[in-house]
Amino acid sequence: MSTKYQTIHAILSKASVGIAGVGGLGSNAAVALARSGVGRLVIVDDDVVEKNNLNRQYYFLHQVGISKVDALQENIRLVNPTIKVDIHNARLEQGSMDVFFHDVDVIIEALDNAETKAQFVEEILLKLPDVSLVAASGVAGYGHCERIELHRIGKLSMLYDGQAKSSDEDVLLGPRVGVLANWEADLVLEILLGGYHDH
Amino acid sequence: MTIEINGKEQAFVENETVKQLLKRMNYTFPLVVVKINGTVVPRKDFSEVIVPDESTINILHMISGG
Repeated sequence: MSTKYQTIHAILSKASVGIAGVGGLGSNAAVALARSGVGRLVIVDDDVVEKNNLNRQYYFLHQVGISKVDALQENIRLVNPTIKVDIHNARLEQGSMDVFFHDVDVIIEALDNAETKAQFVEEILLKLPDVSLVAASGVAGYGHCERIELHRIGKLSMLYDGQAKSSDEDVLLGPRVGVLANWEADLVLEILLGGYHDH
Repeated sequence: MTIEINGKEQAFVENETVKQLLKRMNYTFPLVVVKINGTVVPRKDFSEVIVPDESTINILHMISGG
């Protein structure tokens, strides 16, 4: 057992994962990856922590008002100070969605707005065709997690609930957001550890 | 004479392109991927590729929320 932990740690500690957006999906996925021992995380977001984020995002009351990337870097440091967290307090813009992710092994799409999510996936698949991308669509609501399907399409692994409502029409809550965030993180582990078959 | 889209049966229309099908289904979400019988149809081919009868189609959208 300890040998398996050691083998996995050796692989993950050398890996880099990019996370586009650190709201509900991104903040929870980042912490799951940090706890797993992924050596370097590149996190991008231009929002500040708001009180109404705390029902699902990995932030704390005392962090309301500070930038999400700063707050998440602090929270990851509290879990594991050896993880390198590169922060970019920036908005991902159409035409340059890829700029922060040229030196990572896997990218997580963890954005909010549907148009931005679609634009991001399209640009990454086009501009960084050799990088694995994990995405999620259909996060809002509660219940019906069994409807979520994994679609593997080339380098894209997409978690998808086509019957979910948009967050404009439904609530965003911790459990379902957490399921998808942690599932995204688990897919990253599968991709990074792909060469290690012992399960 | 039917096709299956995201698990639901729909009418088959002869000589219908992917682009026409998306319009018929009123798919207005930002589109990510269309798979016909497991094969991805590149976006640039939407107006040329004809949807075959009895095909199984997956249309994956991006839905807001994160």
